[in-house]
Amino acid sequence: MSCVLRVQGVDLAVAQRVLVRGLDVTIGAGERWVILGPNGAGKSTLLATLAGVRSPQAGIVLLDGHALDALPVLELAERRALVIDRWTDPFAARVLDTVLTARFRFGGRDPDARQRALDSLRALDVLHLQQQDVRSLSRGERQRVAIATAAAQDTPLLLLDEPIAHQDPRHQAWVIDWLRAGLPENRGRTVVASLHDMNAAARLATHALLLDGRGGWEAGPAQQVLTATRLSRLFATPVAAVEVGGATRFVAAG
Amino acid sequence: MNTHAPRWAFALLVGAGVAMFAAALFVGSVPLGVGDVWRALWQPDGSAVDTVVRQLRLPRALTAFAVGGLLALSGALLQALLRNPLADPYVLGISGGAAVAALVAMAAGASLAVVQGASIAGAFAALGLLFVLARRALFRSEALHAEQATAGLLLIGVMIAALAAAGLSLLLALAPDGQLRSMMFWLVGDLGGATEHGAAGLALALLAVLTGLAVAQARALDLLVRGDVQAATQGVDVPRVRRRLVLVAALATGTAVTLAGAVGFVGFAAPHVVRLLLGNEQRVLLPASALAGGTLVLMADTAARTVVAPLQLPVGVLTALLGAPLFLWLLVRR
Repeated sequence: MSCVLRVQGVDLAVAQRVLVRGLDVTIGAGERWVILGPNGAGKSTLLATLAGVRSPQAGIVLLDGHALDALPVLELAERRALVIDRWTDPFAARVLDTVLTARFRFGGRDPDARQRALDSLRALDVLHLQQQDVRSLSRGERQRVAIATAAAQDTPLLLLDEPIAHQDPRHQAWVIDWLRAGLPENRGRTVVASLHDMNAAARLATHALLLDGRGGWEAGPAQQVLTATRLSRLFATPVAAVEVGGATRFVAAG
Repeated sequence: MNTHAPRWAFALLVGAGVAMFAAALFVGSVPLGVGDVWRALWQPDGSAVDTVVRQLRLPRALTAFAVGGLLALSGALLQALLRNPLADPYVLGISGGAAVAALVAMAAGASLAVVQGASIAGAFAALGLLFVLARRALFRSEALHAEQATAGLLLIGVMIAALAAAGLSLLLALAPDGQLRSMMFWLVGDLGGATEHGAAGLALALLAVLTGLAVAQARALDLLVRGDVQAATQGVDVPRVRRRLVLVAALATGTAVTLAGAVGFVGFAAPHVVRLLLGNEQRVLLPASALAGGTLVLMADTAARTVVAPLQLPVGVLTALLGAPLFLWLLVRR
């Protein structure tokens, strides 16, 4: 499989706190990576760095073989979308119009815009909200609109910061399933998502990256990295793997 | 909430603008009929009516519209750029710089042309100061840092404005009594000096150009309203767009203030009125705000020179007096 993102010797620090040191990871096309780690471990910072909206303290990130800071913003927008976990809605705006802003990269004449926006809203189960004011939505609904917005950008790489943080159980599964399958025409899309739910992570991931927040990291295929032992160490709290109806579930103590 | 910008609402704005323009020519201390105005405009015969229409009312009406349009355009841009519904054309201190320079010129007893020149120079000085102090928000390309930089830009602007306000108080305290009245008029906003066809035409042309430049960035601004990171990841060159639009807003404010002093309220309220009527899509909001702002100042100025005629009030008194109830009615009726 061709490589999408190549991370080489990346250091990340926030306010003089070193969070990640010497990160080397290669993310291949169609892979689904999950980033796990305690609060403040640098998950959001890493996602912003992978998206090219933040420079690492050291090292380089290559997207499709190009250094991130060498790609013009519009070209970056064709290659990757980023869903952040906070959004700004200072003025009233329809949900549909908010999703339509994602078509910026297609320029003024974009005959597919409306259909793609509606498809994305349907895919995230927020089509019924299309005429609502974004400011009237619940956090969970607003988050799915944010994911739909990124989806409407039609990029081969999707980066998501805690995409199920505000979702009810049904929509947690909905979002994870959608990320696994993608829209039919987007099958094979590369996904990198930070998650706090270990079981959702296990369901979504082909690969996992663990960040301990003190510079250390582990990366690899999900079956090797997502183990009770490693997760216990990562979160400094006992995590057990239990069998429920033939499936393995992680349960944290407490 | 209606992005399919109801054409009737836009047509209503255009209609109101045209009607106010006509009213501005007919109404005044010398009421004129349709025939009088028509003849004065197209077949001037050198009569007193000609002078009233061509030398007094026409340039003043054109200037009033341009001033209102420029202020409202600037307000709409800054509200979006700063993501702050409370922003107005004066929030970044550009007008403060213009006002200090203009009042210094007035205190020195300078002519109107010199006062206007000083006002332009003051606006550019304040703009230069803003660009130097807020260079992080305006030139750095790292969007996540810029997220805090937007607040930085606003705070720096507010501080420049505060500095200018202190300077204005000092000038007013020290100014000779004879000049105080004209200074107060200037600070409130007054179109009494708007008798130049050239200046009015230039201001209207600038309004058209600046509105065009702003509308060209409307889609980027739609994204910028939703956050710097959001805009940057979807392909907007955030610092460049912000730089351009701050410049457009500053030029609009500086020109308006130079022509009419610091006319209040319209730059803040006109974009909000349009938002309530037409929604918040920048492609519609920006030109519609300019139209609404121009119409509001035209209406206010026509009232300013008629309600207590032959006395003339400063237009700035009436923009708020007319605008605030209109704004409140729109806000409360929902």
